[in-house]
Amino acid sequence: MSAELIQDQSIGNIGNDYSQYGFQDKEDYIFKSGRGLTEEIVRKISSMKNEPEWMLKYRLRALSIFLKKPMPKWGNCGLLDSIDFENIFYFVRSSERSEKNWDDVPEGIKQTFDRLGIPEAERKFLAGVTAQYESEVVYHSIREDLLAQGVIFLDMDTALREHEDIIRKHFGTVIPAADNKFSALNSAVWSGGSFVWVPEGIRVEIPLQAYFRINAENMGQFERTLIIAEPGSYVHYIEGCTAPTYSTDSLHSAVVELIAKPGSHIRYTTIQNWSKNVYNLVTKRAVAHADSKVEWVDGNLGSKLTMKYPAIHLVGERAHGEVLSIAFAGEDQHQDAGAKMVHAAPNTTSMIVSKSISKNGGRTSYRGLVKVHPNCPGSKSNVKCDALLLDEKSRSDTYPTMEIDEKDVTIEHEATVSKVGEEQLFYLMSRGLTQDEATAMIINGFFEPFTKELPLEYAVELNRLIQLEMSGSVG
Amino acid sequence: MTAKQPILSVQNLHAKVEDKEILKGVDLEIFPGEVHAIMGRNGSGKSTLSYTLMGHPRYVVTEGKILFKGVDITEMTPDERARSGLALAFQYPVAIPGVSVSNFVRASVNAVRGKDVPIKEFRAELKDQMKKLGVANEFLGRYINDGFSGGEKKRLEILQLALLKPALAVLDETDSGLDIDALKTVSEGINNLSNPETAILLITHYQRILNYVEPQFVHVFQDGRIVKSGGGELSKELEARGYDWVSQELTPSGVS
Repeated sequence: MSAELIQDQSIGNIGNDYSQYGFQDKEDYIFKSGRGLTEEIVRKISSMKNEPEWMLKYRLRALSIFLKKPMPKWGNCGLLDSIDFENIFYFVRSSERSEKNWDDVPEGIKQTFDRLGIPEAERKFLAGVTAQYESEVVYHSIREDLLAQGVIFLDMDTALREHEDIIRKHFGTVIPAADNKFSALNSAVWSGGSFVWVPEGIRVEIPLQAYFRINAENMGQFERTLIIAEPGSYVHYIEGCTAPTYSTDSLHSAVVELIAKPGSHIRYTTIQNWSKNVYNLVTKRAVAHADSKVEWVDGNLGSKLTMKYPAIHLVGERAHGEVLSIAFAGEDQHQDAGAKMVHAAPNTTSMIVSKSISKNGGRTSYRGLVKVHPNCPGSKSNVKCDALLLDEKSRSDTYPTMEIDEKDVTIEHEATVSKVGEEQLFYLMSRGLTQDEATAMIINGFFEPFTKELPLEYAVELNRLIQLEMSGSVG
Repeated sequence: MTAKQPILSVQNLHAKVEDKEILKGVDLEIFPGEVHAIMGRNGSGKSTLSYTLMGHPRYVVTEGKILFKGVDITEMTPDERARSGLALAFQYPVAIPGVSVSNFVRASVNAVRGKDVPIKEFRAELKDQMKKLGVANEFLGRYINDGFSGGEKKRLEILQLALLKPALAVLDETDSGLDIDALKTVSEGINNLSNPETAILLITHYQRILNYVEPQFVHVFQDGRIVKSGGGELSKELEARGYDWVSQELTPSGVS
């Protein structure tokens, strides 16, 4: 049944465009920082949030690291070097506080999220929602039963006030500020994001969701997310992202840290559909303890440049990590995505499945690392990268790195590049489907291993997005 | 019979593939209720005819035209032809990984019928046809032709035709690669497609399938065109005497 529903919805929606997401709201903010990054702005962010002294120090230290660190000398250097850090707004407060009641959210913002279908999604199939608009979360809710079980799901600013001890103990332990230039930037100016803590043995069966919206031009969004799954617990967290279409660039640079304690299971799903003027430079990393399982399900459709390599450090015996990602690059887009698996304990296993599609001169890159430390016998890793090119001017590259310092391992790597076949198109068209419908069907099929891992509503949405990307693009 | 309009009228059809002329003046008329067979050696251009009828973009018509239900479809795209009631069962149906049979068949039926068939109605119809063709339920969840055996592919082709109910079904070497049991089932499926309003064009190398699907008209295809036409008995003669006999018969009249 579910598969048929997906089909129905995708077929009926050809010809839509990003205008559903690309609209702009009038700026009506409580506070908007000046352009550019200074110590003063970092202090202002911290004081406006009434943060403890240690966090201010953490931010200031991160700022000095950011200023000292050179830009990465890999990836798409041309695009990276064109980021004008002095032209970005680093902090925008759009609402006095995060509301628990949807009706209390400021009218303009509420309309925005209504248009994006967020409250509807919450009613239908979510256990909790946060909605972040610019720098801060404007709406947040969690189901009563989860609250009663002790599950914490808060925006990070509130979590720092209400659970300072847990945050202080874990914040920045998975991704230190000095990890890379953009994690340093995030650590200096972070705002918003989610904090999730699942008590021992509790399974949160339906997903928690965060929705991130950038509205202002030249905005920088730097959310910070930390998820801790106590032993034997389970949680599925989903995030979605959109922004208006502007002629100048915005920057999204998040840091996401996951801690999977023994025997726990975290699944983290992203559907990134930023407008094509957003730099999406995100650091995501998980630590997986013994017998735990971490999955990154990562969908990259939008943005100008995405550089993102979700990582899993398998530090406990028999820990298992999976990264399942798709990337879709159209004109003037570069999706440089991949995964990192670090095997640091015996009998750990990992799987990476990466699927990418390039069209209209778009570029996709798979960049991945599989590392097995010494004394980790029985480690197994399987990497599979498939790229589909829709025309001659598009491009796909694979940069796999393997660092194996242990003999008793099983490592498999497989990569393919293919084109949408003329015979496939002819076959589908000879059964009545138009060229666009046929192409979208082939692409949906190519992404199916990814789509089937999504909750139904997301799978429908993703197929619809693909349809929209494909309409009128062929022939 | 001539009072009726032909479903298909192919007139002096020439077609090339990558600058090589393959069809060299095909003339063919098919009326409602008729079953035609085109027989010929491998390489005679039979499959090119089926692809050209369906509008494969690499098969370029250089001369002549194809009228379908009185409308010139020579310039139409394959999906337009499909929606006007033409269907082709492929000799080598391609695999499309990740797309389930049920999704595809439903999309296809909706596209060809020009309306969304209610899901219950569609399911009932599908189940009924699957039963007739001896197709198992698990078929629906599999990806199109992906990992299918030769027999499974052909059954899926016939299943689709049964649901699409085309005015003209062209079957390209549907009998190839089938064992005798599969051949019987598939032939029965083909016979079920036939009714007074529709027509069937079988393209085949062997006479074997014609024991089960009996054509009223048999055409011999050679060097890109029809060189001889006759009734059902012609296929048996071909089986007994081979294709050389036709060639020899033609040579004196100047066709090499």
